[in-house]
Formats: sequence, C-alpha cells, structure tokens
Amino acid sequence: MNAPLRAQKASQTLMIVDCDIHPIQRSAKDLYPYLSKAWQEHIESFGAHVRQGMTEQIMWPRMMASGQRADAYPPQGGPPGSDYDLMKRQHLDPNGVEFGMLVALSKGGMEERNQPFARALSSAVNDWQLHDWVERDARLRAGIVVTGEDPEHAVAEIEKRAGDRRFAQVIISPRSSEPIGRRRYWPIFAAAERAGLPIGLHPAAVPGGNPSSGAGWPTYYMQEHHTFTTGSQAAAVSLVMEGVFEQFPKLRIAMIESGFSWAPALGWRMDRIWERMRKETPHIKRPPSEYMREHFWFATQPMEEPENPQDIIQMFDWIGWDHIMFSTDYPHWDFDDPRQVIKVRLTDEQREKIFRANAKALYQLS
Amino acid sequence: MTRHVVAKARDIAPGSSQIVEVGGREIGVFNVAGDYYALANRCPHAGADLCKGFITGLALSDGPNKYRLERKGEFLRCPFHGWEFEIRTGQSWCDPKSMRVRQFKVDVAPGETLVKGPYVAESFPVKVEEEYIVIDI
Amino acid sequence: MKLPLEGAIDCDVHLSVPNVATLLPYMSDYWSDQLVTRYIDRAGFNLTSYPPRSPLTVRDDWRAAPGRPTGLAALQADVLDPGRLSGAICHTMHGAMALFNEDMGAEFCKAINAWVAKEWLDREPRLRASILVHAQNPALAVEEIERCAADKRFVAVLLPVMGDSPLGRRIYWPIYEACERHGLSLAVHAGSTYRNPPTAAGWPSYQSEDYMLQSSAFENLIVGFLAEGVFQKFPGLKLVCMESGFTWMPTFLWRTSKTWRGVRTEVPWLDRVPAEIIREHVRLTLQPVDAPRDPKILNKIFEQIACDDMIVYSSDYPHGHFDGDNGLPEGLSPELLRKIAIDNPRAAFPRLATVDAPDTKETV
Repeated sequence: MNAPLRAQKASQTLMIVDCDIHPIQRSAKDLYPYLSKAWQEHIESFGAHVRQGMTEQIMWPRMMASGQRADAYPPQGGPPGSDYDLMKRQHLDPNGVEFGMLVALSKGGMEERNQPFARALSSAVNDWQLHDWVERDARLRAGIVVTGEDPEHAVAEIEKRAGDRRFAQVIISPRSSEPIGRRRYWPIFAAAERAGLPIGLHPAAVPGGNPSSGAGWPTYYMQEHHTFTTGSQAAAVSLVMEGVFEQFPKLRIAMIESGFSWAPALGWRMDRIWERMRKETPHIKRPPSEYMREHFWFATQPMEEPENPQDIIQMFDWIGWDHIMFSTDYPHWDFDDPRQVIKVRLTDEQREKIFRANAKALYQLS
Repeated sequence: MTRHVVAKARDIAPGSSQIVEVGGREIGVFNVAGDYYALANRCPHAGADLCKGFITGLALSDGPNKYRLERKGEFLRCPFHGWEFEIRTGQSWCDPKSMRVRQFKVDVAPGETLVKGPYVAESFPVKVEEEYIVIDI
Repeated sequence: MKLPLEGAIDCDVHLSVPNVATLLPYMSDYWSDQLVTRYIDRAGFNLTSYPPRSPLTVRDDWRAAPGRPTGLAALQADVLDPGRLSGAICHTMHGAMALFNEDMGAEFCKAINAWVAKEWLDREPRLRASILVHAQNPALAVEEIERCAADKRFVAVLLPVMGDSPLGRRIYWPIYEACERHGLSLAVHAGSTYRNPPTAAGWPSYQSEDYMLQSSAFENLIVGFLAEGVFQKFPGLKLVCMESGFTWMPTFLWRTSKTWRGVRTEVPWLDRVPAEIIREHVRLTLQPVDAPRDPKILNKIFEQIACDDMIVYSSDYPHGHFDGDNGLPEGLSPELLRKIAIDNPRAAFPRLATVDAPDTKETV
C-alpha cells in the first residue's frame, strides 16, 4: 500500500481541513433508527419521489465507477462513502484531515417531492450524521441538511440544531425549484444568520425540476457536468441581485463543488450590467462584485487547471486569499489530492490559509 | 541499478496485472498479450493509485454517433479522473507530449539464470523451473 | 476609445421592425389576412430578452426623438459614418422567433428577411445581414436559408442562444449543414425564447439577472457543440457568439479541457483538446465588454484567451453598453485592435469578402 508511506509524509507536512466529504447510507435502512415505523414502511412501499425520469439513479450516467473513486468501494459492499473505517483508512488519516466537513447528498435535501416525507428524511439524515459519523470521529462536522423547498421545516431544523457545534453549516442545493435568492428561501437565510451558521451551497445531482442548461436538457454527461458551474453562477447572481446580503449582512455562503474561477469574470460582468440597469434593482446599493467578495467562500474542488499554471495565483488574487478553502470531494471520482492539487509554489501563509485557516475561521472550528 | 524479482510470470495472465512493491515503491506489472510492462502506481496527473484503474481499450470514433472500441487491453484508465494511459508507453492519450507515467524496465527470466544472481528477490523463493518477472531499478 | 482606424466591420448591429404592418407587403395573402383580421398586426412582437424600454435595449441618446434621424439615416449617422466602417452586419431579433405556430413564425422570418434586403441592404452598400429563421422546425429553417442564400449580402444565419432545445442537438444539424454548404456563418445571439427557464433553478426575478446570465447560456451552448460533435461533423462551420461577453472564456477553456480528459470516452469523436477546437471554430463579439476598465486586467484576459483571432468588433448598436462613440476598451495594442476590427470579422464571416477592403490608414 502507498497509503502508510504517504500518511507519514502528509502528517509531517500539513494538516488540512477538507470542506467536502460525502458520507452516504449503505442503504435507506441506515436511516431507520431515526425514522418512525410509518416512514420506514413508506420507504418499503413507495420510496423516493423525485423530479426526474428515473428514481434512485442519476439521469446522466457518470464516467468512472458510477462517479466514484473506483478504489473507494468498500470490500464488504455498499456505496463509496458508506464505510467509516475505509474513509478513515483511505482518506482521513493518510491525508492529514484535521477537520472534515460532511455534505450528505441525497435523501432529505431538495429532491424529495413528498413534503411530509422530506421533513422526516431531513431530520433523520441529520441524526444519522451525528450518531453514525461525528460521534465516531471528532474530526468530522455535520452539515444541517434541510428541506429547501419547505422553508418552514428548514427553519425548525436549523433551530433544533443551532448551538450544537457538531453542526457547522446549513446545506442546501442551488438546483432549487426557484432561484435560490428568491424571497421564499429567505427564512432559511434568516435562521442561518441567527444561528451564526454559513450556508453551504452544494449542487445536488437530482435536479430541482428545471432543465439545467437554460436551453433545455443536455444530452451528455459532459454537458451536464458543466451545468454545475453555470448553475452555481446563477445561484450567485440570484443571491446578490435579490438583495439577500442587504437583508442579511452577516450571512456567509460556502460555494462547494461549484467551481470558483468563474467568480471574477462574473463579478466584472455583473458590475458592468448593474451600472446600466441599476434602477431596476434599487435595493442593490453597491457594485455586485463587492457582495460576492464579502459573502462568498469557495471550496477548491474540482481544482482549476489553467493552461499557464501560474494563472491559478491570479485567480486567487482576484477572488481573495481569505476566501478559498481546500476540499477533496471524497469519495467521488474527481477527488483532489491535497499533495497534488496545486501545481505552483505557494507561500507558507497562502498554503495555511487555503488548506486550513480560512475554513477554520468560516466554520469556527477548534 | 538492481535487478528485482517481483513475481512469477504465470501469475500475471494476459490482460491482467499485479501491483508489486520494489524498494518501498509500488509498481504495476501488466501482461499485454504476452508482453510485460511495468508502470509506477502513481498517476502523474493527481497522484492516484493508477494501476488500480481499469485495463481496457481505446474508445474511438469516425464521427458523431459512431462508436468503436479498439486495442482492447492496451490502455489503463485512472481510478480517479478517468485519464487514459497507454500501457506500452506510459503516455497519456489526451496529453501524449506532456504527461507520461513512469515506466520501468521489465524482463522475463527463467529461474535457472536467476538463481545464479546477482539479483534481489523481494518476497519469494526462486525455483529453477519457473519463469519470473524481473524489474531493473 | 474611438475606433482608431478606417474600414472596421461592425459584426453586431440591430435592426428593429417598426411594426407588423411594415411586413404585410412581404407576406402571402393568407398570412396578411390572418394578421389583420386577428389583430396580430397590432401586437408589438418585442422579445422578453430585449424589453423595448430597457436602457440596455436602446441607449438613451439613440432613441427616436424630434430632430433625430430615423431608420437607415440613424444607423448611418450613429454608426457607419462616425466609425468610418467598411461594413456592418445587421441582425433582426424579432418576437416571431418565440411564436409557437411555426408556420406563422416561418412566414414572419421570410417577410423580415425580404424587408431587410429591400429596405436596408438595397439602400446601403456597406450593410450585410443575417438570415432570420424560426428554429422550432429546422426543416422550415433550412427552406428559408435556401431561399436567401443566393443573395450574397446575407452572411450568416441567426439563432437565439436559448430556444426549445440545446442547439448542439442533432435535430438542428440540417441548419448547420446548410450553413456550411453556403458559406454562411452561424450567428448565435444572446436572448431566449423562454421555452425553458433561463437557469438551472428556474426563473430569476430581474431583467438584469437574465442578462448577466447570458454568458452562462453561451458556455452551455459551446459545451453542447463540443459534446455533440458539431464541429467534427461540420468542420467548415464558424460559430459566432453574438453579445456573449468574453471575460468568461479563459476559465471556460480550462474547465472544458480538464473535463474532456475525464469524459473523452463518452464522446470519442471529440478527438482534440476542447480549447484547441474552440480557438479554431468559435468567435465572440466585442460588446458588451464585460471586463473592468483596468487595461491590465483586460490584457490579462486576452493573454489567457491566447487567440488573437477570437474577438470580432461589434458596437451592438443601439444597445447601450458604452457612452459616446467609445466603443473600444482602452489599452489594447494596435495590432490586436486591427485584428479585432478588420481581420477577424472577415475570417469569421467569409461572405464579407464582397465588402470592399479598406485603405487601412491609421489615425491618431
């Protein structure tokens, strides 16, 4: 195994905060301890009800091993990310993870259409994160998965978990049924701001019901993959232009697995258009890029690989070195290795910020 | 340069591979249609355990909507990002000029010659009647 | 800054059909009767993407006003003469693009193209135009292309970037086949017929947002053309993204090239790194310049685009992106400006060969 050799090296050189780790249930049965008998029976009889053509799979088949690291499948079965021991052995220990931010995709987020069921799933997934993960490994932090399309329950769930430091953020998907900055979602932002928790925006693979490209549904995964980037740009535009940050000045947004290098160009573009169109949005008091620089943090994975490697430094300069946070996306196929991910020389201070300090400050990790 | 005996030749059948450790370094030994190749178990792109990827062929096309798979067993697809490498050369298919997996010289030698040395046998006894994979590092 | 040289070609100038009545003489008796008796002729046919009163759609000082020239005279006075242009390509983004009745849509397109030829191209030799087609039915679109293609003053086919389906899909390929066969470029313009919500999360609240996100639609357009293999199938096709902005291009090149290495086997006809294909086949218009005013940043973006052929000059008249006649951003080298203003448009629209080449006297 390479892992022990590398582990030694990593722990000597750098501890990291990983801002994107995906735990998953071996099957829905893992959630049964946290669901009523009635909901357990609902799962057995009906299952998920989603806004796409097939259930319990994604519509654009992924490339490698169902979108997972091929080496992350637990030997005893179950999907990658479902086996704590493997995650510890393969990722947390050898990669020097000091804190790992859990992003529990699927089951309980935005994708379930049956609202009472979505409520039960949301609470169950949050209990499951605590008992099956965080209580086993104090390095891990849960993210409160909420029913984005049901803000009333989302608020209740945030309030239920607020103050419990084992929960570090509120997780919602930018692939919502309406643009995420619209007022129907404001109660979620208000609750997160009250609780002092950032919002982690992570795109869900199951859509919120809207075609992903702006011009309909893509044909290939290659295209669908890119809509994660454009969809995140749409979320940024919506949050800024709806005036979310005027209303909630302390709200902080972590853009996770959304890309980041689009942010400078989008900010410039928004500023130029706002100059001409600002009478339409009188609630926007400052150039849009200023809100972006202040309120958005960006997780690095999937890392940008510019043609000239030095241009990554330029990107970080434009975005701001305090707002970039390393992430791996373990155990997904496009995992970024902390030792390999940045191909240019960083100063010790820059390295410390990206790999550790920025996330610790944002999530108040200690 | 030292000769390392790393495996019995017949344990790596055509189309298969084995990961061996030589001097603290992991190396994948591949049998492509009877010829053996040795590649570092480390993807030059992002450091994955490359040799745990899929041994497969090359997807090619004569134009949109036309698919074919050629050269089966001659390519390795990385278990992380799916980058493709030619086993014979270690070259990346997408970036042949700038990206290449480290290769090692590999030979098949009869036990008869090996018992005379010099070599470093890594993990098992060499028998005269067997054939062995030998890597020079 | 002003155009510092003579003979530029403005690749994006908008014509506006004053009213439906203007088009009736170019329509068949049946459609003329339909439009008049159903009062369709009284409707404005303004696209939601270009609301007529928006400061982006028409710059304040370019609006009709007492004493101001109108129609062709306005275009000459505002753009052609002060810019000392040798040519300008006109596009008519008309509400008929969004009609669901594809027969009516096709009739509108036919009438508009005939109106453009007679009222604009016949009267001003410097003008060229794109062929407006109704994309919902590609067979009807091809018919219209065939009808117009003999007139060499039509240099492109015009489609909105967001329509019924992603434009790379094979259902649209007959249009691209016709473009390639006739040497017509494909001009895909910002805007939507709103058959789909413009974002992956539905309908934004503000016109500003829709416009800010046009660049995302172009990103998805180009990824679609790559993935579907449009450029492999039609190697002679030139895709010109109109009013797309361009500062998003560098990171888009990096992202698609990285993605390709992992997804190549899904689309094996994509046999080269996307950045190379994009630099060969895709062109973007200059306005709106979606960059900060700092020339250092602008030049960094051009350095990262790393293709002096990519940007073609446009004023986007009468849309409002700049003041006065300062249609060029500050700080670009004279060599790059010359390419943007003259060489690149001529390469992006091969049919511009019939536009007189300028005496290229530099002026200060």
